[in-house]
Amino acid sequence: MTDIEWRDFDGVEVPTTSGEAAADEPVVDGRRVWHPRRSKLAAALVKEGFPGWRKVLYLGGGAGTGPSYVADTAEAVYAVEFARSPARRLVEVAETRQRLFPVVEDARKPEIYRSYVEKVDFLYQDVATRGQADVANANAEYLRSGSTAWITVKARSEDVTAEPEDVYDDVEEELGENYTVEGIVDLAPFYDDHAVVTATKI
Amino acid sequence: MTAYWFEGGVEDVEDAVEGLRNEAPEEAADLPSLAVESGVFTDEEHYYNRLHEATLEHARRRIEELEPEDSAVVHAVRTLDELDDAGGRLRQRVEDWRGDSEPVAEAEDVVDAVEDAREELRERVEREVRDVAPNLSKIAGPLLAARLIAEAGGLDSLAKMPSGTLQVLGAEDALFRHLQDGTPPPKHGLIYLHPYVHETTPEHRGSAARCLAGKLSIAARVDRYSGDLRPELKEELDMKIQEIQSRGEGG
Repeated sequence: MTDIEWRDFDGVEVPTTSGEAAADEPVVDGRRVWHPRRSKLAAALVKEGFPGWRKVLYLGGGAGTGPSYVADTAEAVYAVEFARSPARRLVEVAETRQRLFPVVEDARKPEIYRSYVEKVDFLYQDVATRGQADVANANAEYLRSGSTAWITVKARSEDVTAEPEDVYDDVEEELGENYTVEGIVDLAPFYDDHAVVTATKI
Repeated sequence: MTAYWFEGGVEDVEDAVEGLRNEAPEEAADLPSLAVESGVFTDEEHYYNRLHEATLEHARRRIEELEPEDSAVVHAVRTLDELDDAGGRLRQRVEDWRGDSEPVAEAEDVVDAVEDAREELRERVEREVRDVAPNLSKIAGPLLAARLIAEAGGLDSLAKMPSGTLQVLGAEDALFRHLQDGTPPPKHGLIYLHPYVHETTPEHRGSAARCLAGKLSIAARVDRYSGDLRPELKEELDMKIQEIQSRGEGG
């Protein structure tokens, strides 16, 4: 486990980590470039800065590339992914990292992994389903009080007819039962119609 | 048993994996310290090593239990085609009947029901294929993406296919005629359905099909192996097609 280091890449200050490459990411001076155009979490880091984390619950772990970067910089990462093909890759990536734990379950039913996923101090969520606030609320029990959650919202997957601003407002309101929303970080120019809601667990 | 994963003993991996399937205890907890205090593990390093081993094995088994999403798409597309055929034939039959006498109302209800089911299934296919293959769907359009996956027999096979094969996928008859009798090779298969192919003049259609197939092939690989969204694939394709379509103009 080492820190994130910032490097200039394509004229942008991007986060880098040290660890075995997990996909086809560029490696500069032995550092894995975490490119803000390839990862929403990297885009959020570029725009918001490193929030610091030790133990992380990563919902929507995909093929494991995002979780692998987090695992390079954290004590333990639990990556939840329920789709078969990305989950296969996730397991392969987890084989290369001692502290990356694959969880092949539905993030909407978090009680299933309660027997082995511990309380964490950072929640990152990037799930491609509607009802992103529901998923964040259901998993709030895993986040320590006062800790940070970053929840990516894709305006279009919530309601195709709504304006992006309206969708973010709705998510903010729904999160209210478990979180205090601190801000909404637009991921442009790296991702269109995507934002990260930054929130603190109540 | 309601317990945290290590409480039933973790002597071997099999016990540990079994423990991961334990029913949920009341609330999420500080498991590593709890586990070390309980004496099951010597320290947190020990705890995490065992947990890592167990979660990897558990995840592999869970994956085998899940239905591959692309196989759902394959089944749905094939059913869609069946419904198309059945709906068309039924509609034709009822029309023929109407020419001679009055068909019974039930027959017409069935035709409507088949067409409704087809519409519903089409929407479902489009939704699912966007989840399974977002990049491919963005470039091909969801329905063509689903047909390509179905024709290849799954996203996995599509991703492993050379782009030249993808280009003529669905035109196997013409391809084998070409190989056997030396007729001209097919320029496109299913991808003819894409406006970038059928709206390009016949003279440049082969180039457009080759270019589209190349990008579709990359998109299928990204969807299969990485899962990232790469909107730039579509942008690059748009530019290249524009260039191909304007060839020979004003010259």
